Amino acid sequence: MIDVVGYILIFVGILFNIFGCIGLVRFPDVYNRLQAATKCVTLGTVLLLVGVALVGGVGSTAAKAIVCAVFILVTSPTAAHAIAKGAYASGVKLWEKTVVDKYAERAGSGRS
Amino acid sequence: MRRLIYFVLAFLVWILVSWPFVDGRIDVQVVVAGLMASLLVALLFHDILPKEHHVFISPVRVFWFLAYVPVFFYYVLRANLDVVYRALHPAMPIRPGIVKIKTSLKTDSAITALANSITLTPGTLTVDLTDDGYLYIHWINVQAEDIEPATQLIAQRFEWFLHKIFE
Repeated sequence: MIDVVGYILIFVGILFNIFGCIGLVRFPDVYNRLQAATKCVTLGTVLLLVGVALVGGVGSTAAKAIVCAVFILVTSPTAAHAIAKGAYASGVKLWEKTVVDKYAERAGSGRS
Repeated sequence: MRRLIYFVLAFLVWILVSWPFVDGRIDVQVVVAGLMASLLVALLFHDILPKEHHVFISPVRVFWFLAYVPVFFYYVLRANLDVVYRALHPAMPIRPGIVKIKTSLKTDSAITALANSITLTPGTLTVDLTDDGYLYIHWINVQAEDIEPATQLIAQRFEWFLHKIFE
């Protein structure tokens, strides 16, 4: 029974990863793509790891999978933030249909 | 005190990663190696680890953290369905922009947790933060451009919990 739940979680996780990749291809600029890449891929991978932990049962596999899931949850948004800031600092433009850019004032005021 | 807390935490991670319980017995070598490694980590790196170590030993704060986890996962799930919808919709209904919000949180760990929570939840991505408590957020579907309403829409649901946990 718990195996079935594990396999379902793995399946859903892979599904979210696929949707994240579709978003990565379809969205127009770096920042929107990061949204797809961080959200869907993080949740997808975490679900996948939880599924692996359930299928593996109590033991070293499950422990490692859970530790990996926690680290991914902590590091992936941090990495996304670093990439977004770096992209802006190196002059990557926002999509032309972007409605507002409050960050321009700060980035433009002598900071790089 | 904080050296001790980080020593225990490092040792817990070591136990989880190396898993020394083979065939119902405990592998003493692995445990001893882990004790030494954790001791080194705690002694050498306690300066650069988060300064809010008292969070780990306060039962009330741990309780609020555990209460925060399901709330957080609910928003993460909603965020994902939202992004999946926008990615798969043929017309791609996005209205991106970068807005500025203000947070009332003070400690480094709390602001980090807020920034990471914002990144993982509906349509928002933290781009930068300033020393005086402002955050720049990339929003995939801008609903409010000014600081006040944007703060309410993006940050408020987490700030309440993070205040309880960290401050």
